[in-house]
This record gives sequence, structure tokens and C-alpha cells, in this order.
Amino acid sequence: MAESARNAVLAAIERATHQVRDADPAAAHDALTRGYRQRGGASLPECLERLEERLEDYGVRVTRTTADGLPAAVAAWVAERGVQRWVVPPGVPEVWLSSVRGVEAIADDAGPRELDGADAVVTSCAVAVAETGSIVLDAGPGQGRRAATLVPDVHLCVVPASLVVELVPEAVAGLADAVTGGRPLTWISGPSATSDIELVRVAGVHGPRTLAVLLVEDA
Amino acid sequence: MSGASDRVPLPYLREAAVALRDTQQRRNLATATTTIRAKRAAVTAEMPDWEALRVAGAAIKAHTLANLGHYLERLEERVMAAGGHVHWARGAREANDLVRGLVRGTGAREVIKVKSMTTDEIGLNRALAEDGVRAIETDLAELIVQLAGEAPSHILVPAIHKNRAEIRTLFLRAFGIAPSDLSDDPAELAGAARRYLRERFLATGVAVSGANFAVAETGSVCVVESEGNGRMCTTLPHTLISVMGIEKVLPRWRDLEVFLQLLPRSSTAERMNPYTSFWTGVHDGDGPRAFHLVLLDNGRSRTLSDDVGRETLRCIRCSACLNVCPVYERVGGHAYGSVYPGPIGAILNPQLRDVERDEALPYASTLCGACFEVCPVAIDIPRILVELRHRTVERKRERSPLPYGSAEDAAMVGAAKVFARWSRYEAAQRLGRLGQGPFVRDGAIRSLPGPLAGWSAVRDLRALPRQTFREWWRARGAGGGATPGEHEGEARDG
Ligand code: SF4
Repeated sequence: MAESARNAVLAAIERATHQVRDADPAAAHDALTRGYRQRGGASLPECLERLEERLEDYGVRVTRTTADGLPAAVAAWVAERGVQRWVVPPGVPEVWLSSVRGVEAIADDAGPRELDGADAVVTSCAVAVAETGSIVLDAGPGQGRRAATLVPDVHLCVVPASLVVELVPEAVAGLADAVTGGRPLTWISGPSATSDIELVRVAGVHGPRTLAVLLVEDA
Repeated sequence: MSGASDRVPLPYLREAAVALRDTQQRRNLATATTTIRAKRAAVTAEMPDWEALRVAGAAIKAHTLANLGHYLERLEERVMAAGGHVHWARGAREANDLVRGLVRGTGAREVIKVKSMTTDEIGLNRALAEDGVRAIETDLAELIVQLAGEAPSHILVPAIHKNRAEIRTLFLRAFGIAPSDLSDDPAELAGAARRYLRERFLATGVAVSGANFAVAETGSVCVVESEGNGRMCTTLPHTLISVMGIEKVLPRWRDLEVFLQLLPRSSTAERMNPYTSFWTGVHDGDGPRAFHLVLLDNGRSRTLSDDVGRETLRCIRCSACLNVCPVYERVGGHAYGSVYPGPIGAILNPQLRDVERDEALPYASTLCGACFEVCPVAIDIPRILVELRHRTVERKRERSPLPYGSAEDAAMVGAAKVFARWSRYEAAQRLGRLGQGPFVRDGAIRSLPGPLAGWSAVRDLRALPRQTFREWWRARGAGGGATPGEHEGEARDG
């Protein structure tokens, strides 16, 4: 039954397209016109500024810091939010958390209910896009399993300036290896939101209601 | 949503008449569409290469559809290589039976769902209910319409026809909250839904989703969303079933660089939507342990066989065409009797479903062209509407017993004869003036008898004037006619 449905659908598609399909689809795809911007022209400081501005537009608090100042910035944030238990995925550099005291760390492979009991999660990222204010996680080191960045109510993301690109096509190109390698991606642009009730934007429905970014200017 | 199939939709014209009397809906719709129109205009205007992105988006889609078989086979191969399962369904029933079988295999009594027009199209919730399986919609708006026992009225904002007070009433009843504990503030209402659904996300083992895109080259499937319920559904349960129309596949990963720009700016009018998830088969220790991709035809391969159909299938369901449509703004989504409303519904439904009741849909447009202008994949909706109208006329002619074809054809032939000779034309006007007597009220004809009843039901005609322009002109030539001004425009109709 399954096999026959498959063959029937493919045969119907073949009947419908035999006069228009390409002999060499890959070559035809290569030849498609892409007249849009593939590479940005902004400088790094301009990119950082735009990223910050776009993120703030989504209601994200962005704090600038330096590699040296990062441990203190993380500790200050933890104290201010009153975080007591948080998820720390493997690969988050120990030095980032070196000034944090008295916070219980939960492994990122904890069950969903345990994750639900965490106050926050701290991660790195794979790439950030200035033009759209997006942060992408690709399951690489320091980024955690998908549930770990989803269930806790607060997500603190450390974004080194070297991972910031200007345009979406630049980010997509940089993620090609991760996707081809079968890793899952999560693009995050601000905290979860809905405008379903009278088009009033409400931040925070099911994902983390708070997203905070520490932008490391010299890393 | 089970609602769409719970109630048999009336033909478009009658649904539209009902909807036009609903002033609450019209007010909500007008506010919503005006707001989103302005936002969309701003976020597309700030892109210096917006037109180039549209051109590329249209070209990639056209290329994919022309080579659809090739890309679907690659997708299937890649998904399976990554540990996923792929199923094919010719129609709605086959797809529903497949999903029912998969759910039965897990023993689950409840499934969580993330908004998916494709599962609405096949009426999946109803099919699951036959097995006693409850499908819980997790998108806030879908949850609202599900609790109300209704159908979504907008692709993107399905509960656009409900205001905050109505939503509060629904939540109080469904979640068992005391009235004093919940105001009608949207943030509080969203918070109540969060608490209610969080438990479902943590406890439910099976999720059903749609898909916005899938990449043939890598086998990756993509869900674009705002609330995080998509991430919950594609991450927490042990089994994930995604139902995807066959036209959603894209050739390569790189193609996403175009669609991740076109879709959010066109749909929610944002630079980027809050969350976009990609997964490839199953990932060890991260996310569902079983992944099933159901590839749905349901009229798509038939639609693919001509230019107009292929152009229609480029649609990425952004809903920009709905928000600019003057007809949609007034009648709302339910009138289209389908999960696909508005301009896209007017061209998609008649081709996908091939049923007589959709024949009125291509007429639900003023051909103003606004939809074409905003469409991120440059679908020439007005041109397709005209082509589909032409097909409807042809089909009516085939069905009609009249020698001239349909009554409309006969009227056209008659009109041509009358207009051809001035003597016949003037005689017809005099006849009309006598004949209209019983139907004129306040200078207008609002309903006509017999075969014209349907035509006049949706149009008001100005009554024929006492004196035509030609009559006035002749009287004036014979000396001493009144000036046109004294006739208050009546003469214009001559
Ligand atoms: S037809 Fe175009 S504008 Fe309308 S929903 Fe589809 S992609 Fe969007």
C-alpha cells in the first residue's frame, strides 16, 4: 500500500512535469539567478551596533563586555536575576563561569521535568546575524541539546564578536557543515512571542520568556 | 483544528453575506490587516534587494516544481539515511490513515499539534478522534479556535475574529480558572495558556507538525514559528510525525538563505520570526527517537500539470496577499470554506479540490493586483484568477443544456445584438424603463426575478433614468431642452 502510493504520486508528478523538467537539475539549479546581497559591506563595529539595536527591538537586553570582563559580567547577571539552578551544557568554557558562586548546575541531558525546574540556561552560539537580530544554535560545543535551551524560562547567550555576520546568506553559508553533518539548528530572534490576541505583541509564550545577550567585543 | 470539518461550509456567496453582517469580525480584521500591512511595507522597504529576493524565490520554486519528482526522491533518501521514516499519501484519507496507524502504534491517547494548514486540509483531528485520540492544538490562536469549536479565519492569525473578552470567557471555561483570577489583558491570557500547555508538552509522547520547508540535499525539515510551541513539539516528545505537502521541498540548504528572508518579512512583518527549527531525521540523545515524514499529494500533482497550477504551487503560505485584499478584509476567512482563504485560497482551492462549490472563488476578487505586488514568490494571482474564471465559464458551457451554453452566455449574445444597432439599443432602454417599475425602490434595483435573482442578490443597480442622454440631446436640438445639470446626473446613464 505504502509502496503503491509512493509510485502513484511519483508517476503523477512525472506525467505532469515530463515536458518541463530539466535533464540535469543540478546544473539548472546552479544557473539560477541570485541577484540579492550575498556578502555584507558593514564593518565589525557597525555589525555589532546593528545586532544590538535589532535585539533590543525584540525586547532583548544586550550587555557589551570584553573577554577579560566576561566572568564578572556573567556573575553580575546571575546575581541580578537571582539564579539558583541553571543548565550548563558541556563545552561552555569554564572561565566564563569562574566568578559565579553558589549556583547549582544541571546537566543538559536532564529530563524535561528537571529542566523545567531550572531558573535559566547559559550557552554559546554558532553564529549571529546583525541584519535580523538572530542567534543560531547548531548543537555544537557549549550550545546544549535543544530541550535545554527551550524549557528553562531564561536564556543567557554569550555572543563573541567573531561569530557575528551581517546578512542571512552569510550565516546560512557558515552553517552548511553543521546541517550536512545532520545537526539540528535553532534560529532564535528574541524571546518567544505571540500577537494572536488582537495583534497585541506579548513576549513569552512557550519558549524562554527572557533572552539576554552578553556581546563580547574582542572575542 | 477539528472545526473546519465540523460544520459544512455554505457556498462562498452565502458565507460572505453572513460574514458581512458580523461587525465585530469586520472591525477586528480591519485593524489587524491595516497594522500588518504598514509593518510589512516598512520591513520590506528597508531591504535594498527585496525585489531580487522575490525574483530568486520565484525562480527557485519554479525550478523545484518543474523537477519535483527528482527532489522528492532525494529528500526521501536523505531523511531515511538520517534515521527517519518517509510515507506517501495520495489523498486526505490515505494520509489520515497513515497518521492514525502511526499514533496507534505508540499507544498514545493524546497528541500535541503545532499549527499546520496541511493537517487542517486533510481534517486530521477528526480522523484521530475516530480512534479516541485527542489532538491538542498548541498554537495560541489554534487553541482559541479549537476551544470555541470553530475554524481558523486567517492563515497566520487564525483567531483574528475573536476579541480579548471572548477569549477570556473561553479560557475561564476550558482551564477551570476563577473569573477573579484572570483579566482580559493579552499578556495574562497568554500566561494562562502557557501554564495549561506546559504540562501537556512535558507529558505527551507524540507530536504532529506540518513543515514550512524541507531540504532535498540534506533531508532537513523546517518549522518557522513565534511562540515556541513548534520547538516544544519537535523536541520533547519521543515520536514526531510531520505532514508536508509535496510542493514544500527545496533543492539545497543554500536556498534557505532566500526563504528565511522572504517568509518572516512577508508574513508576520518581522525581520525574523522568533524561532526557526531545522532537524534532520533523528539526533542521538537530542529530540524525538522516531521521526515520520508524510508526503501529501491531495490534488497537487494534478495541479502541477500546467503553468497556472505550477505558479500557484510556489506559494509559501505567508498570508501577505490576505492582508492586502479588499475583499478578504470585508468578508473574512470563513467565507472561503477552506483552510486556504483570501486570494491564495481563491486560486488554490479550485485547482486542488476540483469541485463545483469552489467555482465562485475566482470571482471573490476585484482584480486590483495588490496581492501580486506583495507576493514574495511573485505569483501573478490576478492573471490566474482570470484564467480560472475562463475555465469555469467553459465548464458551465459544457454542463449547460442551453443552445448558447449557460444563461450567462445567452445574455452576452443577446447583449451583443442589442448593442450592435442604436435602434435596438434605444428600444431596449424604453422597454427596460417600463419593465423595471415593480423592482425599483429608492432609485435602485436591489433584486430581480427568475434567472437574474442570483446576479442581483449581490449587486445593487441604479434604476434606468426617466430620460436618457440621447433623448435629452435630441429634445435639446429640437429647441428648449433642460440642461444636464437639472437632471442630477440622470442623463449620464443614457
Ligand atoms: S500567494 Fe504569495 S502572498 Fe499569498 S500566501 Fe502564497 S506566497 Fe504569500
